[in-house]
Amino acid sequence: MKTRNAVLVSVLIALLLSACASGAQPSGGAQPAGGEKFRVAVVMPSAINDVAFSQSMYNALLAIQKEVGADNFEIKYSENMFKVPDATAAIRDYASQGFNLVIAHGSQYKGSVQEIAKEFPKVAFAWGTDVDTFGLPNVTAYTAAAEEGCYVNGVLAAKVTKSKKIGVTGPVEVGDAKTCIDGFTQGVSATDPSIQVSKTWTGSFSDVAKMTEAAKAHIASGADVLTGSSQSVVGSIGAAKDAGNVLWFGTQSDQSSLAPSLVVSSQVYDWVPSLKDLIGKIKSGDLGGETYTLHLNNEGLKMALNSGYALSAEAKAAADAAIKGIKDGSIKVQP
Amino acid sequence: MNEVVLIGIIASAISFATPYLYAAIGEMFAQRSGVVNLGVDGIMLMGAYVGFFVALNVPTPGGLWLGLLMAAVAGLLMGLLMSVISVTLKAEQGISGIGLYIFGLGLSSLLFRVTIGTVKTVDGFKPVPIPVLSGIPIIGPALFNQSVVVYGAFLLVPLAWFVLERTTWGLKIKAVGQSPASADSLGVSVNRVRYVCVCLGGMLAGIAGASMSLATVKLFQDNLTAGLGFIAVALVYFGGWRPLGILIGALLFSTINSLQNFMQVLNVGISPDLAVMLPYIITIVALMFPINRARQPAALNKPFERGEN
Amino acid sequence: MPPASSATRRKIRAANWNDIAFSLALPLLAVLFALVVCAVILLLLGVNPLEAYAAMITGAFGSVSGITQSIAKATPLLLVALGICIAFRASVINIGAEGQIILGALAATAFSLAFRTLPAWLLVPLTMLAGFVAGAFWGFIPGVLKARFGVNEILSTVMLNVVAAQILLAMLKGPLMDTRGVTAGTFLPQSEQLPEAVWLPKLAPQTLMHTGAIVAVILAFVVYIFLWRTTIGYRIRAVGLNIDASRYAGIRVSIYQMLALTLAGGFAGLAGVVEVIGVQHRLLEGITSGYGFSGIVAALFGGLHPLGAIPASYLFGSLLVGADKMQRAMQVPSSLVDVLLGLVVLFVVGSQYYARKRAARRASTSVTTVEEEAATA
Repeated sequence: MKTRNAVLVSVLIALLLSACASGAQPSGGAQPAGGEKFRVAVVMPSAINDVAFSQSMYNALLAIQKEVGADNFEIKYSENMFKVPDATAAIRDYASQGFNLVIAHGSQYKGSVQEIAKEFPKVAFAWGTDVDTFGLPNVTAYTAAAEEGCYVNGVLAAKVTKSKKIGVTGPVEVGDAKTCIDGFTQGVSATDPSIQVSKTWTGSFSDVAKMTEAAKAHIASGADVLTGSSQSVVGSIGAAKDAGNVLWFGTQSDQSSLAPSLVVSSQVYDWVPSLKDLIGKIKSGDLGGETYTLHLNNEGLKMALNSGYALSAEAKAAADAAIKGIKDGSIKVQP
Repeated sequence: MNEVVLIGIIASAISFATPYLYAAIGEMFAQRSGVVNLGVDGIMLMGAYVGFFVALNVPTPGGLWLGLLMAAVAGLLMGLLMSVISVTLKAEQGISGIGLYIFGLGLSSLLFRVTIGTVKTVDGFKPVPIPVLSGIPIIGPALFNQSVVVYGAFLLVPLAWFVLERTTWGLKIKAVGQSPASADSLGVSVNRVRYVCVCLGGMLAGIAGASMSLATVKLFQDNLTAGLGFIAVALVYFGGWRPLGILIGALLFSTINSLQNFMQVLNVGISPDLAVMLPYIITIVALMFPINRARQPAALNKPFERGEN
Repeated sequence: MPPASSATRRKIRAANWNDIAFSLALPLLAVLFALVVCAVILLLLGVNPLEAYAAMITGAFGSVSGITQSIAKATPLLLVALGICIAFRASVINIGAEGQIILGALAATAFSLAFRTLPAWLLVPLTMLAGFVAGAFWGFIPGVLKARFGVNEILSTVMLNVVAAQILLAMLKGPLMDTRGVTAGTFLPQSEQLPEAVWLPKLAPQTLMHTGAIVAVILAFVVYIFLWRTTIGYRIRAVGLNIDASRYAGIRVSIYQMLALTLAGGFAGLAGVVEVIGVQHRLLEGITSGYGFSGIVAALFGGLHPLGAIPASYLFGSLLVGADKMQRAMQVPSSLVDVLLGLVVLFVVGSQYYARKRAARRASTSVTTVEEEAATA
């Protein structure tokens, strides 16, 4: 009878797979005896190659791994975890698998970390971007004062624009997109108040085509300098490239590879110093409880000036002055 | 209003409408034959990836055209998959479409990650100004200084109309979509017509995706289309399953989107939150007016079984 | 037709059990087929497919975390699926669940924050009601547009999904934004944490599973009774089975389709509510987690029957959970999970062909058997 055969086959295959299940356990259980391998797991809301937020953290971890060797530093990642319940499960799984540090790289994971950190007091958690550690000794919060580097970008932008019109293509006015763009605007007006800064918001973090059209609208209205934030901003960079002579200022990652002659500078989130500090603490038994903020003055934020673009000496001097001013506190940028 | 801004608005509307046109016309053929394909967005993503990959590895200009061709082939294969599931196996079309969408989304991202890795741009199709016409004030540079891919989308509209209304093939398509039992009794192979239409829809959706990665946006990233395919399907309903209606719908949608962008740039007092919603709200409101009350193909979403219908 | 003999009746009953076994084995085979195709892709990626699938199965079924997570996921899936069942039975396609979930979540957040001083026994049901009403409203709009203006529901629901997403962002960056985020300068697109009185109690500590699961299952039975034991439900199903006959019988088709869409919206809204008060305890961007679409798939896997939706939601939830665990264990790109999911949907829905063929054959043979009997008797 066909049905019985079908059922038998299904049951057999299921049994076979379960047998394999007990046999072929995937590695990643308890810590290997002996070596001091530091194990990090990171959960991210977008792809590791998004040229923006997630990539900045992933690259930082890779950089540390390169430095100390893969034998001493294990990285496991979960990407595109924009569904928070799935991320919660991932964070919990990693915590129960004996990782030293679990990084929840997304502000939407706030509730998850708050809950899970209590259940795993021996595991160190880091999450961002925010400043809240929930008063728990094993939670570290991190954020970036994006407004600082973007302020410097604004200063530079004010110096290089010829049309005196600058366009900003933003996704949604929240988080570090908002703080960066606010900082940028302050930088521009502090340098030359006569410059017009126009802002558009596409309403989406991921819609590239809308960014492209928004950028085109700025360009058609006379802007010769553009900036913006989020992983969909590659659309704006493409539009700048298309127009041929529109300059770009980036944030979160070095975006000069996308338009080698048009990207003037990018604010780069460098998580490495903060990570190293935290890892050092964890190894010596301190599981966290503090907040790291990337600033210009702690090398967490770096300005990556694109060597492919010839910056005038005057512009560079203005930028250096701005950086110095922010570092020593004489210039205060409002987030 | 500044002339340059006006040109900008119209030009942006034209290029933004391009992928919608390709995808919606393709879906129109499928739906006219009786098949709803909700997987258009997934097919577009596959077409966008394939076209982009070819263009990265084959020098221009041949690479671009080969990219378009391969994108069409990829779309055809996806359409074939949809046909097998929805026409031969008579599956519930709404669900199989969503499955196809998820599959296309995943496969395009996977292939992108494995074969390309990071976001890159291509020079893509350059604008080709049409002599004489591009000299007309305002509409000249706005309409007639676009890439050939954009021209193709608009030329597709009268072409589709011609096929549907003036050829035997078009007659067969309409018959199969309206009354498959009658068509069958007249000797028309209902399933074959549906296969052709769904595959054609897939091809056009693949080209729609490539039009983005090679012409209007000129790069590929995960989920490049961000749901555009679903809007394209909605536009088929808006356009009353007629090419002209679809053109009007696509232009209405893209023009309002373009307008709201410029309104934001020029800081005309509309809040950005409301502005981004405008194209969608106005599309619904427009349909409340009893202009486009064409009836949907009677056999839409109903698989054909001889002796059953 | 004379009544069948007891021997024939026994044969037909045995055939029915075979049918049930078949209809259970068929989707399983389809899933296996999808797994085989993906195994090829895994091999090409240099990953051991057996190890990967072992991780998937043990992940979903072999651990407390896996099972509870599947139940937690199944809850909103089931609620959305119930709404889809109602809509499908009236022959309307509701792709607007994503937007309706958002409206439900918004209402739940606004309501529970506004009335945070109410005691739990009052706040929870009222919040759920608020969410249901908000979701129903978002289903009512395409419903009335269809009934009164003939606007196709696929068009209106797709557009309204986008509008709802924008409303969510506007609220989160404006009136509903957690003021702590403003003072700290982080401006996160999240609401403040909801009052504990409205949180749904967890069914097991340290899991995501919450009492919403019980509510959902109870509602599945309510929907079943509604559709099969009430006049309104009967009329909704009549419209779906034969629009023309229903019209002829005096049933106002457009009103019942509008009602179906409204109810579907309400259930999707409830899914939004339970996510906010049961899982996240605050409103944030991305609250829908794609349940608006995966709920449709779950509904179909359950045969568009409210009771079938219960196991279907659980199994589909397990599939999602297992696939995620596989990604984590094998560190494969997350897009591979989508490829697998897409193939599963395609193959399961395509395989129903064989179930229908079999059912048709079964129906005709049982009729012939009875007829033969009558002829030889």
